[in-house]
Amino acid sequence: MNTMTKMTLKTEGDTHIVVTRHFAAPPEAVYRAHTDPKLIQKWLLGPEGWTMPVCINEARPGGKLRYEWTHPKQGSFHVTGEYVELKPYSKIVHVERMHLPDPTPDNHVETRFDPDGTGTLMTLRMTLPDPDTRAAMLATGMERGMEASYVRLESMI
Amino acid sequence: MSELNASFAALADPTRRAILARLALGEATVMELAKPFEMTQPAISQHLKVLEEAGLIVQRVDGTKRPRRLAKAGIEAMDQWLAMLRKALQKNYERLDEVLAAMEPNTKGKNR
Repeated sequence: MNTMTKMTLKTEGDTHIVVTRHFAAPPEAVYRAHTDPKLIQKWLLGPEGWTMPVCINEARPGGKLRYEWTHPKQGSFHVTGEYVELKPYSKIVHVERMHLPDPTPDNHVETRFDPDGTGTLMTLRMTLPDPDTRAAMLATGMERGMEASYVRLESMI
Repeated sequence: MSELNASFAALADPTRRAILARLALGEATVMELAKPFEMTQPAISQHLKVLEEAGLIVQRVDGTKRPRRLAKAGIEAMDQWLAMLRKALQKNYERLDEVLAAMEPNTKGKNR
């Protein structure tokens, strides 16, 4: 991985997590890859072996999202959420929770896509209800391999 | 077989990883550990037993309480797990790089 595409992750205060990543494509493309179910299913998979057979993504304010992951040996789980705000092609705000099967506390996620040279700088900012939740979500979010998991892990290392 | 294998088997369960994550913040009682998941104490105790047998956590006696904390092996196993995870997560964005590379011509609308 070259330095241009290196992911950064840091915790902010007790309940925030900030992830940045550069992409060699314009904001419009990166935004689409985050909102088009057919595209999401190709990359939001986490560790090897997981697939996402169900991907519902109503990319409009108030719209619902539902991602279901499955693994031949490790079972399956899902995430549900709602969109709060969408500003093509620069910003997405949504709320999500995991079901294990009991729901985890809500994770508030703001994703920004800013032009960065010929590409895009993505900045993802999560807000969790409290420090304990951030820690408890650590593990439970792991298989999901999504942004939410990063920090938990970062804050632990 | 080895303790490391036992560690990873113990880590295969999301609830047990959540327990370890909570213990990374400091010592906790069974009741405190049960709270985030609204699980019964017997259910949590069963998970604690697995973690204890894997050498990941230890308990001490404090009156009627038996608070648990991470053992050294628990900290190491968690670190290793997290490093593996972080790698897996970065894989998401590498996959996204590929998705973007494949869609770019259409997005630009120039090449076709």
